[in-house]
Amino acid sequence: MLEQILALLPQVIFDGLILGFVYAMVALGYTMVYGVLELINFAHSEIFMIGAVVGVEVFRYLAPHVGNGFLLLLLALILGGVVAGITAILVERFAYRPLRKRGTTNRLVPLITAIGVSFILQDLVRLIEGLWHNEFFLRMRTVEDLEGSVSLLGGAIFAQTKSFILMGVSILMLVGLTYLVNRTKLGVAIRAVAQDLPTASLMGIDPDRIISRTFLIGGSLGGVAGVLFALQYTTITPYVGFLPGIKAFTAAVLGGIGNIPGAMLGGLVLGQLENFFGTYLPILTNGNFGTEYKDVVAFLILIFILLVRPQGLLGQVVKEKV
Amino acid sequence: MRKIGLLAAGVAALGMALGQANVIKIATQSPLSGPQAALGEQIKLGAELAIEEAKAKFKALGFDLVLVPYDDQANPDVGVANANRIINDPDILGVVGHLNSGVAIPSSEVYARVNLVMVSPANTNPRVTDRKLPNVNRICGRDDVQGPVGAEYAFNNLKVKNVFVIHDKTAYGQGLAEEFKKRLEALGGKAVAFVGTEETSNFVPIINQIRAARPVPELIYFGGIYSQIGPFVKQLRERGVKTRLMGGDGLDASEFVRLAGKENAAGTFYTTVAGPVSAFPKAKAVAQRFKQKYGKDMEGFGIYAYDSANVILAALEAAIKAAGGKKPTREQVAQAVRQVKMEGLTGTIEFDDKGDNKKAKYFVMQVASTGNWADNKLIRVIEMAAPGAK
Repeated sequence: MLEQILALLPQVIFDGLILGFVYAMVALGYTMVYGVLELINFAHSEIFMIGAVVGVEVFRYLAPHVGNGFLLLLLALILGGVVAGITAILVERFAYRPLRKRGTTNRLVPLITAIGVSFILQDLVRLIEGLWHNEFFLRMRTVEDLEGSVSLLGGAIFAQTKSFILMGVSILMLVGLTYLVNRTKLGVAIRAVAQDLPTASLMGIDPDRIISRTFLIGGSLGGVAGVLFALQYTTITPYVGFLPGIKAFTAAVLGGIGNIPGAMLGGLVLGQLENFFGTYLPILTNGNFGTEYKDVVAFLILIFILLVRPQGLLGQVVKEKV
Repeated sequence: MRKIGLLAAGVAALGMALGQANVIKIATQSPLSGPQAALGEQIKLGAELAIEEAKAKFKALGFDLVLVPYDDQANPDVGVANANRIINDPDILGVVGHLNSGVAIPSSEVYARVNLVMVSPANTNPRVTDRKLPNVNRICGRDDVQGPVGAEYAFNNLKVKNVFVIHDKTAYGQGLAEEFKKRLEALGGKAVAFVGTEETSNFVPIINQIRAARPVPELIYFGGIYSQIGPFVKQLRERGVKTRLMGGDGLDASEFVRLAGKENAAGTFYTTVAGPVSAFPKAKAVAQRFKQKYGKDMEGFGIYAYDSANVILAALEAAIKAAGGKKPTREQVAQAVRQVKMEGLTGTIEFDDKGDNKKAKYFVMQVASTGNWADNKLIRVIEMAAPGAK
């Protein structure tokens, strides 16, 4: 048994890392919106799905015309990010802002709106794809350049080119976002609005604009993650966002919601847990518990971590705002 | 309140009045929209063709024959809602359907309330007929035979001993996988693992288990639907695992090739209860008429739906004669269906006391390397009786 576990361990860690980066990228969107509005934007999982669908469509239509796979991917990432970002802005503008303007203080109202928006987006995409291609399962086209793979550590790890792309892009995104939030004027404004919205608006910041931009940034990160997800796992449906969305939200909470490096860390931890138990549960329990219980075990561990450290791994205990 | 009551009574009276003496309707229920529409449409069109061809004969008996198609969207709730509408139309004397066992089981209970007969071209779950409802019949095979057929082919012909068994945790997939495993082990083979998964995108954990499994599996059996097995096979082959693969009739869809990729899908074995047109010499002429009329190729479920509709039509004819030329009751039609003995495109159709075809056919198929579903190789046809009720 131990021999079996050790033989696979490098591969399991590597695969968990890739899955973790996907969760991490999506978690960034949850954490940013929560940081600014204290709103759990459940529609973010559908923003992610929209990115994936755009990625599939870009590959479908441009692959015959663009010879270079990397250029094609770059186009898909840009378009996926832009479309997802715009969708996020629209969602904020038409679903959340009216509630905010009306001064709804009940936290549950925007939450329920978010859930509703997420259903609307799912069925909207289903409708469009149904009318357009009469397809429900969208398949990512195979492009030669991106299909390469290498063996690492003497064959212990099977790694695909696209896995490295996924990791590279997500690290870039984290670094870029950290820089943006900490070093730029927009970042200062976002942090100011997060700290105290009414006061920030007295200091000459237009909070609506900042909130809109926060949604744009979070949404496009989600869209880029969606494109990479589609590239990695190839088949996309309008409902594909739900589970990664829930898990990314969990990752954001695990890392300390509102905390950007925390979201990244939470995603990586969750990816490792899920992949570890997905692979080893049947071996560890002698076949009594199969892969189907991977999420149960992973979430049990998460609940335990949060019992010990309720503010999340990198989160701070929330202080009264001054 | 009284007004509503009056209104309801009025609507009911209207419904009665609309029931015309010389019109007989046959309903189909199958998914006509959504991801399984391609399969569901075959059921509708197959039945429609049979009804078009019988129109003249029924005209001579004094009846207008009409087909009323319903879309169950592969959803049990929609199926039951439609079933309630169907039983409220007194002209409907028979139902051809459904595609999904999960929809057929609750819907058939609604039909049973008024003894409306249902003949299924596609439902393979044992429970469909094991409930012994007098109105429920099927002409296709059952999962508790289909699984063992796969196991016997794997063990005896592919000479496979160690199999990695995966299922999708649904009544269909898990049931099929369990029956496969049972027979394999009875023959002396071994299920190296028995794993369930609802995953639709990331199959990496299972693929890693397959790579680590000892003894090395010589075959992977996946009880599930093409939408899940397609991406699984793609990821499996991308990771260089070349182990052969087998599945049930959930794989019997050209979508499988699209999702898995032509080269990855090639060589996959599957068992099915609805054979291709090439398996039925008698279906050739009908398939040509089908193509002419609808501009589409007739596939397995189209042939089975054509036969299902003909079973109902044969029973109707017998019941009309028995009733002295008058329109028969639903109960009379249901009883007549159980008496039917006919030669359909798919072979002899005759029901046992549960409503199973006395001898159904099972097919072992292999996916062709051309990527064209019609090219798939028919390896073996096995005719087997349904097991007795448990």
